[in-house]
Amino acid sequence: MLHYFANPTRFQRLSRRVEPWLLTAMLVCFGAGLYFALFSSPVDYQQGHTVRIMYIHVPAAWMALFCYTAMAVAAAVAMIWKHALADVAAKATAPIGAAFTFLALVTGSLWGKPMWGTWWVWDARLTSVLVLFFLYLGYMALRDAFDEPGRGARASAILVLVGFVNVPIIKFSVDWWNTLHQPSSVLRMDGPTIHADMLTPLFLMAAAFQFYYFWLVLVRIRRELMVNRTRALRHRQASG
Amino acid sequence: MSAFAVLFRREMRLAMRQSTDSFMVIAFFVVAVVLFPFGVGPEPNMLARIGPGVIWVAALLAAMLSMDRMFMGDYEDGSLELLVLSPVPLELVVLVKVLTHWLTTGLPLIVTAPLLFVMMNVPEDIWPVLLMTLLLGTPVLSLLGSVGAALTLGARRGGVLLSLLVLPLLIPVLIFAVGAGDAVLYGAGAKANLMLLGGMLLGALALTPWVTAHALREAVA
Repeated sequence: MLHYFANPTRFQRLSRRVEPWLLTAMLVCFGAGLYFALFSSPVDYQQGHTVRIMYIHVPAAWMALFCYTAMAVAAAVAMIWKHALADVAAKATAPIGAAFTFLALVTGSLWGKPMWGTWWVWDARLTSVLVLFFLYLGYMALRDAFDEPGRGARASAILVLVGFVNVPIIKFSVDWWNTLHQPSSVLRMDGPTIHADMLTPLFLMAAAFQFYYFWLVLVRIRRELMVNRTRALRHRQASG
Repeated sequence: MSAFAVLFRREMRLAMRQSTDSFMVIAFFVVAVVLFPFGVGPEPNMLARIGPGVIWVAALLAAMLSMDRMFMGDYEDGSLELLVLSPVPLELVVLVKVLTHWLTTGLPLIVTAPLLFVMMNVPEDIWPVLLMTLLLGTPVLSLLGSVGAALTLGARRGGVLLSLLVLPLLIPVLIFAVGAGDAVLYGAGAKANLMLLGGMLLGALALTPWVTAHALREAVA
């Protein structure tokens, strides 16, 4: 399975076939999700309409963690099995993950102002997500800092795995520390504490974000493979 | 053990011959802290409040200054390749490097810190705890710094990049170190914070030499 997709040509053929489906699924989920989130979901009795920020904020935060985990898995696969495509996948994921993290921080800030009365507090959840954002930036900077691309790829793979320490800290920060950020209310042992009318748009938006990620990452991997191929052809031409 | 001794003696001799490096770290540490009374005003209570944090942040930044040189000299003159090829485990080489880095950076910082406690009007009750946090925390800086130093070998703008990579990872050390001082002031006792710092030190000591050694092998590959 792992080696089946290591072949770039096979991967490109497959991803070209999958992409339209992912795109369609994303558009459907976004359409339905936004309709439920903006029009057909109840107003919170305390927060009023600001609760609707949740439908962007929470999925973005989930994706921030998901992308980092995906990147760490890809980096580990690339490191252990020298899987070329996994390395490309890690590289393709980084900017997407950074963007989701940034989106989570910004929407959180916009939500914090009316609810907590402040744009930013230094509580454990916010701080650890900020560190996650720095880790994404550090990964991209390190990857880019070498003249030989292979060296950057290997060094940054190690960095991603070291930084993975932060992911469980983010997830459990609201349980370990008594913070301003509320504890998890969806993914918990005794079932979600959010009403079903709010869960529907939340899950639809989460699915939309997820499809968006998979679609974009496939497009970015294909682009990266084409760039590599162009470079190889140029090299051959120049030395030729 | 003799390999350890030989390596250690070599590293220490190299460090001694460039003792200005160590001196510069201390000078930066002192100057950086001294800037704060000018920046925030010399009001004693304010200085006492921010003192431990300022001193810790300055120590972090000062330790960063000498971090990128940990493997740089050996990388540039090729002796790193010999160290990688030698039968001595590379993890041991890393540990020796980290130890010398701590002896030439962390230890001088700790020795200088009481002077800055006086200048920043830090309450005397928390001096021992703050020194303990420095004693437990600065080796973590050297250990995690070794990972960053190995990863950025041969990189463009390596020094700046190193800080960008390592400083976010050091935030927990900073939080619990400064928290220990506050805990004593509020009468809670610093035991929990010190134990967490000790845990970080043990964890870093156990794990980082392998990561650094792997990164070094990649660097010379």
